[in-house]
Amino acid sequence: MFKIVAKKVLSPTVKQFAMAAPQIAKKCQPGQFVIIRIDDEGERVPLTIADFDRDKGIITLLFQEVGASTQQLGQLEEGESILDIAGPLGNPTRIKKMGTVVCIGGGIGTAPVYPIARAMKAAGNRVISIIGARTAELLIFEDEMKNASDELYITTDDGSKGIKGFVTDVLKRLIDEEKLAEVMAIGPVVMMRGVAEVTRPYKIPTVVSLNPIMVDGTGMCGGCRVAVGNESKFACVDGPEFDAHQVDFDTLIARQKMYIPLEKKSCENGRGGCKCHQS
Amino acid sequence: MSPVMKKHAMPEQDPKVRAKNFNEVTLGYGEDTALAEAQRCLHCKTAPCRQGCPVEVNIPEFIQHIKDGQMDEAIKSLKSYNSLPAVCGRVCPQEEQCEKHCVLAKKGESVGIGRLERYAADYAREHGETVTAPQRAANAQKVAVIGAGPAGLTAAGDLAKLGYAVTIFEALHAPGGVLMYGIPEFRLPKAIVQQEISNLKKLGVVIEVNAIIGRTYTIDELLDEEGFEAVFIGTGAGLPHFLQIPGENLNGVYSANEFLTRCNLMKAYQFPKAATPIKVGHKVAVVGGGNVAMDAARTALRLGAEESYIVYRRSETEMPARLEEVHHAKEEGVQFRLLTNPLEVVGKDSWVTGLRCMKMELGEPDASGRRRPVEIAGSEFTLDVDVVIMAIGQGPNPLIQSTTKGLDTNKRGNIIADEETGQTSRPGIFAGGDIVTGAATVILAMGAGKKSAAAIDKYLQEKRQ
Ligand SMILES: Cc1cc2nc3c(=O)[nH]c(=O)nc-3n(C[C@H](O)[C@H](O)[C@H](O)COP(=O)(O)OP(=O)(O)OC[C@H]3O[C@@H](n4cnc5c(N)ncnc54)[C@H](O)[C@@H]3O)c2cc1C
Ligand SMILES: Cc1cc2nc3c(=O)[nH]c(=O)nc-3n(C[C@H](O)[C@H](O)[C@H](O)COP(=O)(O)OP(=O)(O)OC[C@H]3O[C@@H](n4cnc5c(N)ncnc54)[C@H](O)[C@@H]3O)c2cc1C
Ligand code: SF4
Ligand code: FES
Repeated sequence: MFKIVAKKVLSPTVKQFAMAAPQIAKKCQPGQFVIIRIDDEGERVPLTIADFDRDKGIITLLFQEVGASTQQLGQLEEGESILDIAGPLGNPTRIKKMGTVVCIGGGIGTAPVYPIARAMKAAGNRVISIIGARTAELLIFEDEMKNASDELYITTDDGSKGIKGFVTDVLKRLIDEEKLAEVMAIGPVVMMRGVAEVTRPYKIPTVVSLNPIMVDGTGMCGGCRVAVGNESKFACVDGPEFDAHQVDFDTLIARQKMYIPLEKKSCENGRGGCKCHQS
Repeated sequence: MSPVMKKHAMPEQDPKVRAKNFNEVTLGYGEDTALAEAQRCLHCKTAPCRQGCPVEVNIPEFIQHIKDGQMDEAIKSLKSYNSLPAVCGRVCPQEEQCEKHCVLAKKGESVGIGRLERYAADYAREHGETVTAPQRAANAQKVAVIGAGPAGLTAAGDLAKLGYAVTIFEALHAPGGVLMYGIPEFRLPKAIVQQEISNLKKLGVVIEVNAIIGRTYTIDELLDEEGFEAVFIGTGAGLPHFLQIPGENLNGVYSANEFLTRCNLMKAYQFPKAATPIKVGHKVAVVGGGNVAMDAARTALRLGAEESYIVYRRSETEMPARLEEVHHAKEEGVQFRLLTNPLEVVGKDSWVTGLRCMKMELGEPDASGRRRPVEIAGSEFTLDVDVVIMAIGQGPNPLIQSTTKGLDTNKRGNIIADEETGQTSRPGIFAGGDIVTGAATVILAMGAGKKSAAAIDKYLQEKRQ
């Protein structure tokens, strides 16, 4: 059993848990994820490690309630426990001194970008971060990102905070202004695809963290396969980070939707008590 | 006296009924049948059957005990060679192993060795087995076992009995390996696997689940920081192969591992009570001809598919699946599309709508000695299906090899280990089962676990001196 040491509600659908998981806290690196299971009937849900405290033996998970499992998770309170956490999984981000690095976080993707930005800075890079969301109240990790970056830009689709527009709008401007060594982007797939298209003509090395549907997370099921450079890769063991210019985003988007019809049924049957997918 | 030439029939669920449920297909011999079957054994002095068994179970001896009604003795004899008789009695390819060598098989049918093994094991389980924890010194040496499949479980059991402090590290949330996530409930009830595992715990074996070696810990950390003095690697062959044909990333294409894991380990057949979904499809094509393919095709039917096809590029004679499984699959309504090679998964709006195939004929024998399938020009056709399951084999997972220096592997990525001892290129590290041999059988994996346990004991004894 793994205990929820602290819970924060960041927005109506985004929650943050500090979990007691000493062995994982000891080992994990930026870019890695865990797979959790709430109870004996639970799904294996992959979540990125948003932060970790090796001394306290704590990892931070941040999740958006999108379906039955994440809804159920969101209902748990401080002091309660979940059954399983396995990890750390996936390959750590390649951190080295490169020059100016742009770290982009879209929506909830800002959480996993944060430890990467911090490590990029610690490695001696100049870190420019762009975080975006649909609207101001969905922005997360603003202070953390400010601390981890040399410069921070905020965008909202509706202009309720920061620059009105998309993260890609700021990125285009930055490309015009200076030489970028690498762009790292985590967020909704459409955003990551957008970033890839912006940097492609300039051949700026661009890394994205993919989130296909997973089961085991150890390379056993093949369910997480994504098309990268005309090859099938398993995101859990070959990734989750890949060269954005090689990724076939359309296949990823399609595969992510595979269970929506079934998940709808799960929600209607009251798992997690959610009202998602019903609109 | 003329011996009964045929094996006593195995009581089974009616194919029509069982094709819709996950209860065990075969029901096991009753006492009278078991006794009558045991009477068929000739007790040949040479006992050729034993040579066919990878762990040389003393077959005539345990059968004699059944004849004499000494069930405790029967199970004691069995367990001294094979720690999972209830599992092996159900899933061993007996017709290729012990039973193939039975003298009776020359004129009629062999003794039903597997069925008797199962009978004895089930009897023992149902009548309450007692497991006594072995004596263990306070300063017992620690051994780490990686992977809780048949190889790891066997090695752990033997080492615990020898007095070592054994911890199994298992990546998934449940121990058992393929026995839990791969082989379906209707062939091997999970309660039996869990009972064996609880017996292992009674022997003092500690099982740490959710521990992925190579990630949560590395082997070097286990040796250098966690105080383990030897390691056994039994991580199996879990990396699914795909055909590398167009359309393989369409929605509705599964590896057999994913399909079976969702169903067995994650209980997707209880969805939405269990949270993991599975897309079953109305018409399912399973590509492959081994046990894994049969399991997937039969599982699809049970989950409600209207048509379930086996698509295999050679003929039935070359099919690697156990005879019994092929027979059961046919009875249940699985349709065989033999000499058929898939070319492309076709789809619409990112979902599978069919499997484009080519008819084959058998040509000259290839390196494996099997006749090679050759395409028949112009024979292309499309099978109308909405789910395609790839069951064309598994390879070794590279997580451990890539994080352990000096551990030699072969071209395919399997760990190189001595056949008799499991010794790898690194002292103190042993390996066995599918990770060494490539996908094989439960009993071979167990045999390797056993040999390694003995070699680890020897290694640690020498280390103590
Ligand atoms: C490596 C990785 C890291 C991730 N990190 C985070 C994170 O830090 N925070 C966060 O909120 N989400 C993260 N996700 C996504 C998260 O796992 C899914 O949102 C979650 O599993 C949805 O489960 P559900 O039952 O609530 O929703 P469902 O109703 O099951 O699904 C809703 C939608 O979520 C997606 N989804 C479903 N299951 C999975 C799955 N197993 N893996 C990926 N996507 C899935 C699909 O698009 C699906 O249509 C990550 C995914 C991966 C693969
Ligand atoms: C669907 C199916 C049906 C089969 N049917 C039969 C049959 O009827 N008869 C028969 O004899 N054989 C059958 N087999 C083959 C048989 O199951 C295998 O040969 C046998 O299970 C191999 O045992 P193993 O212990 O080597 O590996 P596995 O059973 O594969 O167990 C390996 C274990 O190691 C764990 N692991 C892997 N990597 C790590 C890591 N890095 N850290 C920690 N743990 C790890 C895995 O999660 C797994 O639990 C079948 C196989 C399949 C897939
Ligand atoms: S373990 Fe397998 S091969 Fe050996 S006697 Fe039993 S059924 Fe036969
Ligand atoms: S999640 Fe199963 S192989 Fe990646």
